[in-house]
Amino acid sequence: MKRNSWQDYQKQIADDHYYYARSCIRQNFFPGSERAFIDILTRDLGKDLLDDPKHSSCTGIGYHSDIVPLETIMTVVARQFSLMNEVGYENFVTSCITSFGIYTEILATWQEFPETEERTREYLRKATGREFTKPASLAHTSDIVFHFRDDIAARAKRRLVNAATGEPLRVVEHIGCHYAKIFPKSGIGGSEFPYVLAGMVESWGGECVDYPERRHCCGFGFRNYLVQANRGYSIANSHKKLESMAPYKPDFIVANCPGCAMFLDKWQYTIAEMEGTTYGENGHGIPVLTYEEMAGLVLGYDPWELGMQMHQVDVEPLLDKMGVEYDPAAKYLGRNGKFIGKPDTAAVNCGQSELLYDIKE
Amino acid sequence: MKKAIVIGGGPAGMQTALQLARRGVEPVIVERENALGGKLRNWHRLFPTFTPATDVLAELRRRVDEKGIEVHLSTEVESFTAKSVKLSDGRTMPCDAVVVTTGFTLFDARIKEEYGYGIYDNVVTSTDLERMFNEGRVVKADGSQPRRIAFLHCVGSRDEKVCQQHCSRVCCVTGVKQAIETKQLLPEADVFNFYMDIRMFGPGYEELYREAQQQYGIHFVRGRISEAAATHDGRIRIKAEDTLTGRPLRMSVDLLVLLIGMRANDTNAAFAAGAGLTRAASGFLQPENLFLDSVRSGVEGIFYAGAVTAPKTVGETVNEAIAAADAAAEYLSKN
Repeated sequence: MKRNSWQDYQKQIADDHYYYARSCIRQNFFPGSERAFIDILTRDLGKDLLDDPKHSSCTGIGYHSDIVPLETIMTVVARQFSLMNEVGYENFVTSCITSFGIYTEILATWQEFPETEERTREYLRKATGREFTKPASLAHTSDIVFHFRDDIAARAKRRLVNAATGEPLRVVEHIGCHYAKIFPKSGIGGSEFPYVLAGMVESWGGECVDYPERRHCCGFGFRNYLVQANRGYSIANSHKKLESMAPYKPDFIVANCPGCAMFLDKWQYTIAEMEGTTYGENGHGIPVLTYEEMAGLVLGYDPWELGMQMHQVDVEPLLDKMGVEYDPAAKYLGRNGKFIGKPDTAAVNCGQSELLYDIKE
Repeated sequence: MKKAIVIGGGPAGMQTALQLARRGVEPVIVERENALGGKLRNWHRLFPTFTPATDVLAELRRRVDEKGIEVHLSTEVESFTAKSVKLSDGRTMPCDAVVVTTGFTLFDARIKEEYGYGIYDNVVTSTDLERMFNEGRVVKADGSQPRRIAFLHCVGSRDEKVCQQHCSRVCCVTGVKQAIETKQLLPEADVFNFYMDIRMFGPGYEELYREAQQQYGIHFVRGRISEAAATHDGRIRIKAEDTLTGRPLRMSVDLLVLLIGMRANDTNAAFAAGAGLTRAASGFLQPENLFLDSVRSGVEGIFYAGAVTAPKTVGETVNEAIAAADAAAEYLSKN
C-alpha cells in the first residue's frame, strides 16, 4: 500500500521523561499491556517514566455518555496536569485513546476559547487549591512506541515474519477513532492513512493489509455498546469489518485503542457462536493484539507475561507462525503461578486443549 | 507607444495582449511556463460543444504570433506595481500599466485524503482524464478497460473542510462532458456522476445534461462520496449516500474520476501585498466593483482578466480579456 501522505502529519514526540496516565478499562481488557509499555520504555530503552498512582480517570467515558459535564472533565484534566507539574514532568503520555482524544480536545478548546481555560483554573483552585501549567507535549503511548520503532527493531529478538516461510506477516492495523478522526493533525499519518501502527509493523518486518472497511469503526462507539439496546449495532459494525478483511487472510489484527482491540477480539467469539462464522485460519478466529503486545513479542517477551492468555481468540497459531517459544501449560497461570481460570472451548478458539495443564482437573 | 505588461500567457493573457495591440498599446506577455496556453494546453475538448481545445489555443497563438507580440516564456514574476514588474531572476521590467491574467490553480486532490488520490492507482482527476482523452483511450492503471466509472463532483469546491467555500462553476458541466466522452469511448461501460447540485448555468449546458441522461444513459446520483478504498480485486470501493432515496450506497468501480476545482493562486497574497490589491475571502483577487468595474483592481494602472478573480469558463475569460484591455487602453490614453 502506498502511503505518501503520512509524512504531512507529524507531531512533536518527546524523547524522554514521560508522565504516564493509565487507562481505566485497559487494566481489565489487557492487563499486561500497560505493564509491558513501562517495561519496554524503562527496561529495554532506558527511558524515564513516572507511573503516578495519584492520577485519576479522565472521566472520558462518562463525558461521552453525557454523565460528566464539560466543565467537570476540564477540571479533572487540569488536575492531572497539576499532578504532572508537581513531580516536575512536562511530557504527558496517555495509554487510552479516549483519554488522548479528551486531552487533545480540551487543549484545543482552551486554545480556541481561552475563557474556558480561565474558568477551569478557577474551578481547580476552588476544588483543590491547585494550579497547573499545560504539558510541553502530549502523546499517546502508541506514538511513543512508534517514535522508538527503529530502536525496538534494533533490539528485536523476533520479527513479524512467518518463521517457516520467511514471508512478512499480513497485519490489519486499526486506529481508534479518537486518535486522529477528531483532530487529524494529532495523529501520526492523520486519520485517513494513519501510520502510527503501520510504521511499527513495517519496521518490524510485517506488511499491512488495506481492505475496503479499513476506516470503519470497530463497533465500540460508546453508546453502541454502553446502551444495551444498541449492542446489535456494535456487533454489526465489527461484523462488517471482519467480513471485509477476511479475504486478505490477515495473520493478526493490531489496534491502539482499548475498545477496538476488545471488540474486534470478543465479538469474533459472539459471531462464531451466533452464526458459526469464523474469520481466521482453519476455522478459528483472527488474533487481536495491542501494540505493546506486538512490540513485546518482537522484543522477546513471554506471551503469557504480556497477558495474551486474556484474549478471546487464542494467539497460539500466531506465536507458532512467528516461532515464539512458549509453555502451553503455563498459559493460565498468573504471575504468582496461581491458576487464573480457563475459558470453555469455543469455535473461535484453537488452543491445543489436550496440552493445557488444567489445575482444576 | 505606451507599454502594458500582461502577467500570464493563458487564454486571458493572449486575448488581452491582442486587444491591447488593437488599441495601440504595446503589450508584453510574461509567462511562467515554457509555452503559451495555460491550463488549456492539457485539455482535450471544451464544453458544451466538444470543440477541440487545440482549435482555440492554436488560433490564439497564431494571432499572437501574427501580431508579433513580445512574449517572455519561463519567466516568473515576483512582484509588480502599475509602473514596473519585478522578475524572480532579479530583473525589473518598466511599464505603464499591468494586466493580471494569472488564472487559477487546480485543487490538489491529495488533500481530500479520503478519496485516495495518489494512493490508489485507479483514482484519477478530471485533468488526468483529459490526458487520457488526448491519448484516445480511457484505461485503468494496468491498461485494461474500465467497466464501471464514477465521477465525483465538487472535489475541492464548496468544501469548508479544505477552505474552498466557493463554487468552481465549470466542474458540473465538465463532469457531464467527460461522462459523455467516456461513454463515447466505452459504450458498454456504466457511468455514474455523484453530485450535490448540478449547476447548468450556461447556454447549452442543461441540454447537455439531459442528453447525458437520455441519450447516453449516464446515471446521476445526488450524494457525495464519503470515502474510497481498494478492494481485493484491485477495484475501488466507494461509499455514498443517495440523498434522493435517503439510502446509503456502496459500490465498486474500476475508475474513480475526481472533478477537481479551481482555487486561488498562492501568488495572489504576495501580489496583493506588493501592489496594494484586495483579495476576496476565497483568495482570488477582488475587482474594484463586480458590476461596473469588474476588470479594474481598484489600484490605478492595474487590471484583471480571467480566472484570477474567480472561476470562469474559457469563453467568459476570453471575453473579459477584451474588456480588461479596453479599460487599460482607456487608462493609458489619459495618463
